[in-house]
Amino acid sequence: MNDNYITLNSISKRYSAGNGAVEALKSVSLTIPKNEIFGVIGLSGAGKSTLVRCINLLERPDSGEVIIDGENLLNLSDEKLRLRRQKIGMIFQHFNLLEQQTVLNNVCFPLEIRGIPKKERRKKALELLQKVGLAEKADAYPSQLSGGQKQRVAIARVLANEPDILLCDEATSALDPETTKTILGLLKSIHDTMGITVIIITHEMKVIQEICTSVAVLENGEVQETGTVSEIFAHPKSKAAKRLLLLEEEEEEENVG
Amino acid sequence: MWDNTMTIMMLEGIRDTIYMTVISTFFGYLIGLPIGIALTLTDKNGLRPNKAVYGVLDIIINITRSVPFLILLIVVMPLTKLIVGKSYGSTATIVPLTLAAAPFIGRMVESSLKEVNKGVIEAAVSMGAKTSTIVLKVLIGEARTSLIVGVTIVLGTVLGYSAMAGVVGGGGLGDIAIRYGYYRYNTPVMLVTLVFIVIIVQLMQYIGTFISKKTDHRNNH
Repeated sequence: MNDNYITLNSISKRYSAGNGAVEALKSVSLTIPKNEIFGVIGLSGAGKSTLVRCINLLERPDSGEVIIDGENLLNLSDEKLRLRRQKIGMIFQHFNLLEQQTVLNNVCFPLEIRGIPKKERRKKALELLQKVGLAEKADAYPSQLSGGQKQRVAIARVLANEPDILLCDEATSALDPETTKTILGLLKSIHDTMGITVIIITHEMKVIQEICTSVAVLENGEVQETGTVSEIFAHPKSKAAKRLLLLEEEEEEENVG
Repeated sequence: MWDNTMTIMMLEGIRDTIYMTVISTFFGYLIGLPIGIALTLTDKNGLRPNKAVYGVLDIIINITRSVPFLILLIVVMPLTKLIVGKSYGSTATIVPLTLAAAPFIGRMVESSLKEVNKGVIEAAVSMGAKTSTIVLKVLIGEARTSLIVGVTIVLGTVLGYSAMAGVVGGGGLGDIAIRYGYYRYNTPVMLVTLVFIVIIVQLMQYIGTFISKKTDHRNNH
């Protein structure tokens, strides 16, 4: 059971775009063990965002199965899916905070959705803000925060529902390398202390290297290769993986030179 | 030419104009706000895409919006009589004003709600929020600045319409301007009413802008 906590069974997704259809995912199958920090890497347009959005059904695949803990989410009623989603957290590249609400209210929002009384949710939200090191910003508005701080608010918000799965859609792509490191460190410590299964979507090998245990390489809507991070870094088999590693090396050389 | 009765008439005109404008805008929102929300939700990129519902609302709005207000005023007179008991005076004018304002408000609300960042809506969906929660907390909550600006624009437009109703004895400043200024060639009265109308519009605009700025937290200030 634990080895296939999340199973994507040959999921496909097409979009009609202008004069034709784009196949974002072509019969993708993946299994993700419980408590893993699982990475999905690919260049832009590889279909990785669609893939992660198929896990909480922000996008419904045209065919295939999305099985979490033995339950096919595609068979759930709208109401059941809504409740299930409360336990599948998601953070985003652009943070997606409520701009007109204070930091505290943002963290309270998922608790409000679940009908938690006001006093209780404020208390819990403050605890979570403390956890991400932003307690002193409780009354600030998102526009007064830096990118890294916004993402920490988003992380506090996502933890409010004590999710068992955390989806990170390019969560560090809008951040500088230094901030990326601290955010990844925060995600890692959350994973270690709360035992959440984390799925990280990224185009940066560095992110995978920093935090993930296993990784799937995605290209043209297909999984090219899966394995542990050390395996793929040492012996990449697919062209896509080699290409991504090469890009990374070039970047590093540029930084050195 | 200008005496006490004139002053009283002017003051009553101002009162009636504000009364018609505010009450009609209020009733207009009672109808128009749900329409705007429905349009946003049933749009093909909305949370509950529904071509049929969107299409029907869209057509109704387009038809009602293309009827000139003066014509609408006359066409709905039987309805006005039914609701208010008479077809002239400021209370009666509220009926056609509301009917003219509602579809306009529907469009204004739709355009405000559609400005809300798709990502924030998506985040709320991913948290397992009900559609009703998303409408209240995300759509209306995040679009409130734009919605308030919308109210200001609607008030200005409805006030303009209310003045037009003066042609058929609709009450308010427009009525005075037409009866004295147009029918009796009393230019000073017409100018004075005009000045008052401008002042009212300016005030509403000023208050609306002030409130919308006060409630906007999207930028540092």
